[in-house]
Amino acid sequence: MNLILHVWRQNGPNDKGRLDQYEAKNVSPDSSFLEMLDEVNEDLIKKGQIPIEFDHDCREGICGTCSQVINGIPHGPDKLVTTCQLHMRKFKDGDHIYIEPWRSKAFPIIKDLVTDRNALDRIIQAYGYTSTHTGGVADGNAMLVPKVAADEAMDAAACIGCGACVAACPNASAMLFTSAKVSQLALLPQGKAEAAKRVKAMVEQMDSEGFGNCTNHYECQAACPKGISVSFISRMNREMMKALPQ
Amino acid sequence: MILDGKCPTGPIQDSWDKHRFDMKLVNPANKRKYKILVVGTGLAGGAAAASLGELGYNVEAFCYQDSARRAHSIAAQGGINAAKNYPNDGDSIYRLFYDTIKGGDFRAREADVWRLAQVSNNIIDQCVAQGVPFARDYAGYLDTRSFGGAQVSRTFYARGQTGQQLLLGAYQALMRQIKVGTVKLHARREMLDLVVVDGVAKGITVRNLVSGEIESHWGDAVILATGGYMNVFYLSTNAMGCSVTATWKAAKKGAFFANPCYTQIHPTCIPQTGDHQSKLTLMSESLRNDGRCWVPKKKEDCEKKAADIPEDDRDYYLERKYPSFGNLAPRDIASRAAKEQCDDERGVGPGKRGVYLDFQSSIDRVGENTIAERYGNLFQMYEKITDENAYKQPMRIYPAPHYAMGGLWIDYNCMSNLPGLFVLGEANFSVHGANRLGASALMQGLADGYFVIPNTIAHYLVGVAPGAVKADHPEFKKSVDEVQGQVDTLLSINGTKTVSEFHRELGKIMWENVGMARSEESLNFALKKIPELREEFWQNVKVTGSKAEVNSQIENAGRVADFLEFSALLTKDALTREESCGGHFRVEHQTADGEAMRDDENFTYVAAWEFKGNDKEPELHKEPLKFDNIKLAVRSYK
Ligand SMILES: Cc1cc2nc3c(=O)[nH]c(=O)nc-3n(C[C@H](O)[C@H](O)[C@H](O)COP(=O)(O)OP(=O)(O)OC[C@H]3O[C@@H](n4cnc5c(N)ncnc54)[C@H](O)[C@@H]3O)c2cc1C
Ligand code: FES
Repeated sequence: MNLILHVWRQNGPNDKGRLDQYEAKNVSPDSSFLEMLDEVNEDLIKKGQIPIEFDHDCREGICGTCSQVINGIPHGPDKLVTTCQLHMRKFKDGDHIYIEPWRSKAFPIIKDLVTDRNALDRIIQAYGYTSTHTGGVADGNAMLVPKVAADEAMDAAACIGCGACVAACPNASAMLFTSAKVSQLALLPQGKAEAAKRVKAMVEQMDSEGFGNCTNHYECQAACPKGISVSFISRMNREMMKALPQ
Repeated sequence: MILDGKCPTGPIQDSWDKHRFDMKLVNPANKRKYKILVVGTGLAGGAAAASLGELGYNVEAFCYQDSARRAHSIAAQGGINAAKNYPNDGDSIYRLFYDTIKGGDFRAREADVWRLAQVSNNIIDQCVAQGVPFARDYAGYLDTRSFGGAQVSRTFYARGQTGQQLLLGAYQALMRQIKVGTVKLHARREMLDLVVVDGVAKGITVRNLVSGEIESHWGDAVILATGGYMNVFYLSTNAMGCSVTATWKAAKKGAFFANPCYTQIHPTCIPQTGDHQSKLTLMSESLRNDGRCWVPKKKEDCEKKAADIPEDDRDYYLERKYPSFGNLAPRDIASRAAKEQCDDERGVGPGKRGVYLDFQSSIDRVGENTIAERYGNLFQMYEKITDENAYKQPMRIYPAPHYAMGGLWIDYNCMSNLPGLFVLGEANFSVHGANRLGASALMQGLADGYFVIPNTIAHYLVGVAPGAVKADHPEFKKSVDEVQGQVDTLLSINGTKTVSEFHRELGKIMWENVGMARSEESLNFALKKIPELREEFWQNVKVTGSKAEVNSQIENAGRVADFLEFSALLTKDALTREESCGGHFRVEHQTADGEAMRDDENFTYVAAWEFKGNDKEPELHKEPLKFDNIKLAVRSYK
């Protein structure tokens, strides 16, 4: 099939940026969205032009690197997939496709579709861990973890840190991301000891990075390629209540 | 030269404990004076950087991705082995040791494998303490499943995302050290050279992938944990950015490259659909717990729908050929068996390069829900890629390049022949021999990072004056100039072929001639083609844009340039190893029924190659392998 792409091009952080138009010809419906872009880029290179820069690595939906807003939706129209897993069979011949980077004050644009998402790393640095030393820990079965807790912790832990939740939120809030880590660790006995300190430190960092607040739009959950539930945001709020001086 | 792995002697059960006691320690107050560079933040590098930072060393870590959490360890699906024997099914450290040596087709070092099996149990404890949400049973205990090459259930898992969860555990430990300031992370940096001063590793040269700047970093020791080189085949299950660059640059500076021809072709990947394809996707080996491999018995049935082929007309070839291990035969064996069926024109799907992996009998036995709980995300991934529902029709799978057993040569302390250069994880060669068993790479990466290097690096550092060589040493400037020179050349050629076109062509040469079946003829053919392609690359590659910005073409061009050199060494190693073992299959050396035939008399050694220049023959150094605890035997899974 043949498509018309409208792609955000921006030379660097200080460039204003613009939408440029490209044709993608003879696209196989079996190819992935990024493979379609690869072919457009190959053409551009052959013409001596500068190809479209975009972030990607694993191309199997797990590293969280790929990050494109496609026709206004982070990771595009298909449910529960990342950009790299989106396949061209979801589009029709002749479609116009708009491709933009994540947009949020906390994610400055580096070039074209490439953004700086290190603010998410800094939220984890703030307290997204258990303070465990290497070695000298108890046997893995010393503390039992009820299956439901382990399963729910895994639901939260499935977050790939792509930032689609931020890109989708009208407030550019990182509540879904932050709450997923807070919840995972709060649900497990191994994380309980530091739960109160953790939630406070992570929320404080989140606020200081310039992410917005949650006003219950639930766009984050809709855009999340891993189906992380907004119920974790409620859980984080409860953890926060528990952590505040009574 | 005969190489010595410097393994401890005496009873193997005590070897690691005794060795730890024999090694020197660094005084706690002195640790912060030592700067250690860790390249790579996957399981091996992430665990190492976090643990060394925690001990008080001054650590700087590097990765090419934008965040340490995105290393390709994240993609590991199936699980991680440990000899816990929780299920009481006869497992032990000894059995894990034995299975790994046997699985590796008797081409790994006993002492290293013993240590791996011994610390495997600590790894599970460590990860649990970090909050890794491993699967649990209803009583709250850790759950396990079976993987290929083992008859016990010793694989711990977190749904189909075990690598992700283990990596996030290591990443979080790393983030904690970054916050306290013991570790500094340099993300979006690609190491493009190793700096060696008077034969000792003293630093690295990296390209800042955002600004394009070429930077020097000095360290009292350098650790490479940069993963595997399977993208030499172009299409593989590795991430797009995985390359041989870091280890190859080290090899060009004198580090020996060991057993490059030991490559693992994974039996269960989604078959290729067309030329647009940029990578292949793995379907975890754990699926073989419940999936049965088959092809039609009759060629004329290949075009039929799977459901229309009656039970009697199906050939469950793994169960037929290997009744005791069945669908859980090791990877090398399962891959070759799949290829055999397709070569016999009984493959299925486009191009008839595929076999079925069928879940019907398991669904009938335990129900669709249980199967969904075990593998839901894999079935979903399969559907997204193929548009087929594997609950309703069997998956189609085919072998694909997956894991590199070969890597930089290291001694028992994980140090290469270049003092000060340590190599961890998939980037080194030591424990998997000629074939890696499933769920053992995660184990190895974390063993190296959490439990081995924190002990062994001290022994080296004690003899080093901290900060004796810094980035003002002339070798650093020389290295920067070299790297800058290569970038400038790549931009100036302005030829007609893109980097991807060259990579694809190289991949085709490698897959067809140095892939699952290798012959003297095919290897010699590859050795003729590779230099031709390399020459063409340096005359005709086209890289646009500039160097002082994000330019993924420069990144890829550098990686492909290195693959174009390294591939020749891999092929040469395959040609020299006149036997079949594990993932290295020479068609000249097989039994009457097509099984690999080792030549223990002549090839029970590690081949460690010294690079001498692209137009010169590399020099072969041998490290003889001794088997004092396990008897060398023909590997049988029948
Ligand atoms: C799809 C898939 C599934 C798998 N499933 C399993 C499984 O179930 N069980 C199992 O045991 N094993 C599995 N494996 C194998 C296992 O995941 C890997 O072997 C292992 O994770 C490698 O870890 P590592 O730390 O050595 O390297 P990686 O995780 O690959 O990390 C490499 C690091 O080095 C950095 N790097 C590389 N080159 C450079 C450079 N030049 N400059 C700067 N940084 C660089 C990268 O940025 C990255 O941080 C799987 C592998 C794949 C591909
Ligand atoms: S490239 Fe890894 S999730 Fe898309």
